[in-house]
Amino acid sequence: MNAPQSPQSFAGSVGVVQAKKAWFDTPLALKSGALLPQFELAYETYGELNAARSNAVLVCHALNASHHVAGYYADEPSNVGWWDNLVGPGKPLDTRRFFVIGNNYLGSCFGSTGPASTNPATGKPWGADFPLVTVEDWVAAQARLADHLGIERFAAVIGGSLGAMQALQWTLSFPQRVRHSIVIAATPRLSAQNIAFNEVARQAIMTDPDFHDGHYYEKGVVPRRGLRIARMIGHITYLSDSAMMEKFGRALRGKNEPGFAFDIDFEIESYLRHQGDKFAAYFDANTYLRITKALDYYDPAAGYGGDLAKAFERASAGFLVVSFTSDWRFRSQRSREIVRALLDARKIVSYLEIDAPQGHDAFLMDDPRYHGALAAYFGNIAL
Amino acid sequence: MTRPDLEPIVRWISPGARVLDLGCGDGSLLKELWQAKRAPGYGVEIDDAGVLACLRNDVNVLQMDLEGGLSAFRDDSFDCVILSETLQTIRRTEQLMREMLRVGREAIVSFPNFGYWRARLQVFLGNMPVSPELPYQWYDTPNVHLCTVRDFEDFSRRLGIRVLERLVLHEARAVSLLPNLLGSVAVFRLGRARA
Repeated sequence: MNAPQSPQSFAGSVGVVQAKKAWFDTPLALKSGALLPQFELAYETYGELNAARSNAVLVCHALNASHHVAGYYADEPSNVGWWDNLVGPGKPLDTRRFFVIGNNYLGSCFGSTGPASTNPATGKPWGADFPLVTVEDWVAAQARLADHLGIERFAAVIGGSLGAMQALQWTLSFPQRVRHSIVIAATPRLSAQNIAFNEVARQAIMTDPDFHDGHYYEKGVVPRRGLRIARMIGHITYLSDSAMMEKFGRALRGKNEPGFAFDIDFEIESYLRHQGDKFAAYFDANTYLRITKALDYYDPAAGYGGDLAKAFERASAGFLVVSFTSDWRFRSQRSREIVRALLDARKIVSYLEIDAPQGHDAFLMDDPRYHGALAAYFGNIAL
Repeated sequence: MTRPDLEPIVRWISPGARVLDLGCGDGSLLKELWQAKRAPGYGVEIDDAGVLACLRNDVNVLQMDLEGGLSAFRDDSFDCVILSETLQTIRRTEQLMREMLRVGREAIVSFPNFGYWRARLQVFLGNMPVSPELPYQWYDTPNVHLCTVRDFEDFSRRLGIRVLERLVLHEARAVSLLPNLLGSVAVFRLGRARA
């Protein structure tokens, strides 16, 4: 039996990286019917595009991440890419073999055009007027970026959570432009419970007195309280009950007895407040609203009478679907729905169900079974 | 290939057939079927190390528990469903056999023959059998449903499953004389009952 490779053997960083930007002035027709006259996408690349241009891999990020997937910035060495444990020389997504692209999706707040960008029609920030973008729109914008980089066909598109929806959608929007789709911690569509959590987060932001109907930039304020609560709710859904219990238990913070007041008693309260504060300091509220809507709206089966297998018929990629048993945000059952639909549509698919305790966030961990499987899968992609 | 049942299985599969291999281990049978017969397939495996080995072997693998049945697969989605050296580890044997012939037009089942004379002798002498085909001690075996060639034939008859072909082997050689006594491994090709 083959022992899983140890994480140590994946050592190696892509080193110092630089964010780049691509400008597009051909309007983009969005799913909502709106037209985005022009836009910019922030991206990073690691490794070299080969002469045949056959080794490009697009990495799609989830809610709060960015195009900064791997490596670090020269002036900010502690700012390590969000999927650095996966991407690098000798790592599962090996940059000695693949040309890896991280892209900040449209409407985000890390360099790509979004609600905080300037609306060319008014010269002021878009704010509430920035259109609602969908997973399909993100993929359409990424295709423009692929054109810009001279990539006709990706060897693979990979993503976790919301990123997995993009990896799926690539095979449907551009079946001929992606050879492999790696879909991790995914769902084919949000459940009522998923949408409910998103709505609570949106209400927290929109009822914040500093929200000003989304035009808070010009008032010089940020709906910080709403963002904090939105992030706290999100964080609860990213972790499993047992992982949270393991990490925090019922430990009290800096005291031996409950305080019989409403300041922090438990460690978990302190953790959530800290995560909320951190997030509110860097994330844009209008972006958060739009991303959660993009999640809510995503449903590739909708145009096929709810038949996901029918939706997949036009896909030509090979698929690797990965789920984690303790993920209660997007349960393994949801990934199995994707697998079943792919089988019904007679597509090539492998499925991994990893018994990991961390919950939804397990897709960011370097579990040797998970990373070993990704290394094996990437290793068999012909270039 | 080291397991004696793999050669007849590869021989029985038609070129280009769609196959499902239940309990596929490291995927070597599926790899062989692809190389020898261009038969595309999927493996089902629950064990992490097996799943990883399949991915390394470039074999499509689905990490699922067979005890949950084959609900992931539609009726008639495969030409042949294979259960190679796995039957004896299945708890809900009857359900799985029915499921195999719902999902596949045909099925191939191979298993260690508990009626093999060495096994009988060991029991006769007072111990549970331990052999190359049954390499476990009674207390650490994953096997829960061992049977003889004749048991399996009775079982098939009871389920209304047709035996299309039967091969009993010992050390890769077909055994035609007293197969339930002299053969250590049995391979059956099965079909649905005639309507």
